[in-house]
Amino acid sequence: MTEMDFQTFMQQVVNAVSLGSLYALLAIGYTMVYGILRLINFAHGDIFMLGAYFAFYAIAAFTMPWFISFPIAIILTILVGVLLERSAYRPLRNSPRIAIMISAIGASYLIENLGIMIFGGRPKAFPAIDFFDRMMPIGPIRIAGVSVTIIVATFVVLLILFYIINKTKTGMAMRAVSKDYEAARLMGIDVNTIITITFGIGSGLAAVGGILWGMKYPQLIPLMGLMPGLKCFIAAVIGGIGDVRGAVIGGFILGFGEIMLVAFFPDLSGYRDAFAFIVLIFVLLVKPSGIMGKAAIEKV
Amino acid sequence: MNGVKSKQRRRRDAILTAVAILVIGVLLYLANIYMDNYQLRILNLCGIYIILSLSMILINGFVGLFSLGHAGFMAIGAYTVALLCTPPMAKQMNYYLEPIVPWLAEIEWPFLPATLLGGVLAAIMGLLIGAPVLRLKDDYLAIATLGFAEIIRIVFTNTQSITNGSLGLKGLPEMEITLPVINFTLNLSACIWITAILTVLFMVRLVNGSYGMAFKAIREDEIAAEAMGINVFKHKLLAFVIASFFAGIGGGLLGNIMGTVDPLMFRFLLTYNIVLIVVFGGIGSLTGGVLAAIVITAAMELLRFLDSSFHMGPIDVPGIPGLRMVAFSLLLMFIIIFKPRGIMGVREFSWQWLIELPRSMKNGSFGRKKLRKDVSK
Repeated sequence: MTEMDFQTFMQQVVNAVSLGSLYALLAIGYTMVYGILRLINFAHGDIFMLGAYFAFYAIAAFTMPWFISFPIAIILTILVGVLLERSAYRPLRNSPRIAIMISAIGASYLIENLGIMIFGGRPKAFPAIDFFDRMMPIGPIRIAGVSVTIIVATFVVLLILFYIINKTKTGMAMRAVSKDYEAARLMGIDVNTIITITFGIGSGLAAVGGILWGMKYPQLIPLMGLMPGLKCFIAAVIGGIGDVRGAVIGGFILGFGEIMLVAFFPDLSGYRDAFAFIVLIFVLLVKPSGIMGKAAIEKV
Repeated sequence: MNGVKSKQRRRRDAILTAVAILVIGVLLYLANIYMDNYQLRILNLCGIYIILSLSMILINGFVGLFSLGHAGFMAIGAYTVALLCTPPMAKQMNYYLEPIVPWLAEIEWPFLPATLLGGVLAAIMGLLIGAPVLRLKDDYLAIATLGFAEIIRIVFTNTQSITNGSLGLKGLPEMEITLPVINFTLNLSACIWITAILTVLFMVRLVNGSYGMAFKAIREDEIAAEAMGINVFKHKLLAFVIASFFAGIGGGLLGNIMGTVDPLMFRFLLTYNIVLIVVFGGIGSLTGGVLAAIVITAAMELLRFLDSSFHMGPIDVPGIPGLRMVAFSLLLMFIIIFKPRGIMGVREFSWQWLIELPRSMKNGSFGRKKLRKDVSK
């Protein structure tokens, strides 16, 4: 353990909260899709990558200001997410689960390779945006503006999401489909529309996550979604898959764990990426249903 | 129907198999003489992917456990071979960031024991990982095995003084195995293809034997299998360990033909590649796995023209780097969506089918009926 002063410690805490926020945004997409389709959407991390790249091109190539670029990037990403569901997952809805999971792997592979072909394999630098890119003094400590932006943006997005899920009819239908697919359909819910909306929301959150990620870690590569994608699925499992609150909690657990591991044990910083997987295996062995999940009963 | 198969027929099949292996051996010998290095390399890759795809089919196809941990086990095999077989001189040149641990510095093993040890270490790791993880099912199992594979890779990236970390190991000598008694030296291709053929024979025996029956029973209905007295967990673990062993062997060979081993080789994408081959062949068919390994590996190389510019009559088609992999992943998506059972499904090649082929072709059924019947036995 290294000695650190209050200033550094608080900066690490802010870092942890902002990383946790990013993970939470991505984990929600996994958990919502899994809740409804029982599918690990392996391509979700790549959707996240697309969000970052779309924003990059809107700003760097089309020189649009950020407040126009970001919504465009988010809308484009949502379109890709919905298209993905239509083309890769819907035709296999009634196939064995392994088939649809392989389809998800294939879709991920396809998007990554398309990314390498279209965006190029070389890293691209996400443009710095003056509005977010300054140090903010909060009391005695100074905090990077990007981190504050991430935390505030995530908070707002989560509020909207919880409103949609808990207070609107669509949200109620989503919860119903997630609870019991067949029964929901019998009750007159248009399951296909709900699934499309779910993918749309998930992809939108991933796009927001991708853009914020690009601002914080401004190096874009086509494979950038692979590791965060896997970790955020893990976050969803930790929180109890299918449960949106659980995904948020899981995201923050991973974010805090990773940053604190690096902060307090710098020697182990190389194992940062392994942290999530170790936690995953621990959770799967101790309580596979996750923190918020209920144990499933096996029917014969 | 297996038991009813007459003694005569079994002997005929054994002879035919032996003849086939002999023919393949002669063909490979000729290939070794007449093919250039590039073609030989593709041929060798085909052999390695046969080993890897059969290893994945065993666990994913026959036992029905969706495991995505192959890259990790391959890394174990590849690093074992690389660390034990690289000459001490080359090792010294590799480890310039941090010196190698003394107990590995002077070691130089022959290839045969090193490759076998790679397989055994991978199998031991398979046992250690499988024991806790195989209690999980479906996608949880997939993500847990994937997680372990990543952990293995990350550990290899960080143990600088043993594996040389992210710098990797360069300068592996090409594999050669000298047979002890007759003093005959097998080159790399021979080693790979002998291993591949042994793998195929082993898998066919395993899958058609009583263990194979148990595996398939578990795949079809785990609870029913348990009720029939099959020790489900033991069989799952056995299959997982065997699959890990062959993944380790395949990894060792792969590292050898690449000439270098580094942690980035063993990312999740490597497992993707094997999944693609297995899906193409039809999960659950050894024949499909072998065919797909050859077809896909060859196709991957043939599609290379997509990346460089080429002439189409008078038109100059500019090359788009990366188009090859896109075409390739599109192919995968098409197969999954439109032909989810792959080229073979669960059908297998059998000599009986081949012998009856001319007759059934006349009937226009192309032996399909017969094949299906064979499977149901």
